[in-house]
Amino acid sequence: MNTTAVVTIKLFASLAESCGWRERQRALAGETCILDLWRTETGQPELPPRVLCARNMAYCDARTVVAPGDEIAFFPPVTGGSHAG
Amino acid sequence: MPVSVRDVAFEPYSEVVAYQQQRFASAGAFGASAVFVGTMRDFNEGDAVRGMTLEHYPGMTERHLEAICQDAAARWPLLDSLIVHRVGEVEPGDAIVLVAVWSAHRAEAFEACRHLMEDLKSRAPFWKKERLVDGTRWVARNTAGYTAGQSEPTKG
Repeated sequence: MNTTAVVTIKLFASLAESCGWRERQRALAGETCILDLWRTETGQPELPPRVLCARNMAYCDARTVVAPGDEIAFFPPVTGGSHAG
Repeated sequence: MPVSVRDVAFEPYSEVVAYQQQRFASAGAFGASAVFVGTMRDFNEGDAVRGMTLEHYPGMTERHLEAICQDAAARWPLLDSLIVHRVGEVEPGDAIVLVAVWSAHRAEAFEACRHLMEDLKSRAPFWKKERLVDGTRWVARNTAGYTAGQSEPTKG
């Protein structure tokens, strides 16, 4: 296996808890978009509208095609900042 | 325009004073400073909250905070800004976030400070998990800033 044709997939917060994993690596087989990775790794046919995705630490669209070495992340809506709103 | 994500408690006002002294050596270097401090409440959605775990995305979070500071500096004539955000185990009363902005005049300091805070809340990758009396729950959405928000409890 060409070790460069691998992507890292990360999940965060409630999504990591519900899926039971936080990080894994996957070999790429042909042209793959982020939605393809979501389907393969979670078994869910569509990306829920509330789930956000990032490629190499930048927000992106689920149709974005990934490249070897990419870090892809899926996570729920963000809730940073003050607790007081 | 430093940003800092920390897993230990910090004292926000000391941070402002220390950074200001280091950054602005000469008296009169700025005319306005706006400071926002967000502190953890002991209640949310009608429930007592005993504590909270703040998760982030190491790397992306810092990158996002740096980007919003650069964006604010491009939109307003700012002299400098500072963001400190807590992660990890947080107790009621702890400071969660500090946003400070320095400028020549008050309008840009107020506006940029609020803009930074709203962008941070709506886009920066942080997630809160509350510890309640009878379990934990992820905070599904932030409380209202410019737009109404709500929280969906998933006790477990």
